[in-house]
Amino acid sequence: MTQTRTAPADDPAKVAAFEARIAAGESIEPNDWMPERYRRQLVRMMSQHAHSEIVGMLPEGNWITRAPSLRRKISLLAKVQDEAGHGLYIYCGTETLGVDRSELIQQLLDGTAKYSSIFNYPTLSWADIGVIGWFVDGAAIVNQTILAKASYGPYARAMIRVCKEENFHKRQGYEIVATLANGTPAQKAMVQDAVNRWWWPSLMMFGPSDTDSPNTAELIRWKVKRKTNDELRQRFVNLTVPQAVAVSLTLPDPELKYDAETDNWQFGAIDWTEFNQVIRGNGPCNRERLDARRKAHDDGAWVREAASAYAEKQRAKQAPEAA
Amino acid sequence: MASTVGNQQFAADQAATIAGDGQWPLWEVFTQSAQGAPHEHAGSLHAVDAEQALQNARDVYARRGGVISLWVVPSGAITASRAADSGPLFDPGADKAYRHPQFYKVPRGVRGV
Repeated sequence: MTQTRTAPADDPAKVAAFEARIAAGESIEPNDWMPERYRRQLVRMMSQHAHSEIVGMLPEGNWITRAPSLRRKISLLAKVQDEAGHGLYIYCGTETLGVDRSELIQQLLDGTAKYSSIFNYPTLSWADIGVIGWFVDGAAIVNQTILAKASYGPYARAMIRVCKEENFHKRQGYEIVATLANGTPAQKAMVQDAVNRWWWPSLMMFGPSDTDSPNTAELIRWKVKRKTNDELRQRFVNLTVPQAVAVSLTLPDPELKYDAETDNWQFGAIDWTEFNQVIRGNGPCNRERLDARRKAHDDGAWVREAASAYAEKQRAKQAPEAA
Repeated sequence: MASTVGNQQFAADQAATIAGDGQWPLWEVFTQSAQGAPHEHAGSLHAVDAEQALQNARDVYARRGGVISLWVVPSGAITASRAADSGPLFDPGADKAYRHPQFYKVPRGVRGV
């Protein structure tokens, strides 16, 4: 968002002292001096992360009223509620960097902010809810576990809280997947179809390949990121393949094979054209997601107005003589 | 020595409003024990202003080391829940086992879920 403007030149002595602190493993706190570029990179990353939590409620919210049992419904409600909370934690984190939350939210509503490409895919069946918990939350946990060691204190602490809460998200998803995988042939076919649709978009969640990721080197040097996109993606694949085998589901990649030398599951080429299309707003649901978000924001205006009016009334009651 | 976490003017106003009894105003002290750790409440103290509160907090709550950062907040700026309300306030969080991972069954032998 602020990338297009060039950051003002920072005092080289201050930058050197800052980088020495980072190298020594110190955390950067809101009151500490930081290079303008570090601040902007964090605002960019954290706001995209917060937006993703908020938009991420939409594909799952689609199934709350159609969950197959009360047990599934309360779990899904609790999970979607968590995502809202996670968005708030991270928005608050960005405010410690001197940005205004309302400005970031406006960028999301305007369609100028980015959020994770994964949420622009549709949730076509109930099995998608299971697979999202397993893949999408699984991938998010891989990412966020590392971000919990990020050099910026408020972001790292928000990630610790998020990771603790998110443990149940992946398990509830995998429970749905395992149940369907052991169900009727139709249920098994439904969950396999969901796996086939979500696998590749989930791998894309880790972002562009290291060879094509302009921000990675700087973010690693400043210890905002501790592992590259490709390293995290590999970790996710290594974790997930045995979990798929355990419930007799196939991952849609004929090139997937174990490499004993590196102890990694090697996977086929990712379709980056699709990734770039979705990022640029041409995914299956980009427009629908933003429309839903704008509608929710507009429909909620009366709640915000009522809360302010009530607070004003309370103030007037307590200090009648002041008027 | 002091740098503001929040709004210095707000802190000053708050401090001034609670100084009516002849006592210096009361400040709540938060200490950070390690890099990246959250600031946690350590206790409170009286001080004439924010700067002195920080110095006193250093002497009272950090004199044996183990603290790398201090926050002082005018006590009057804190709104707390009431003990009498804690039942209805926190009950809703107590009976939702499905918010915990142990609520979900995972097939035997599956790792990393």
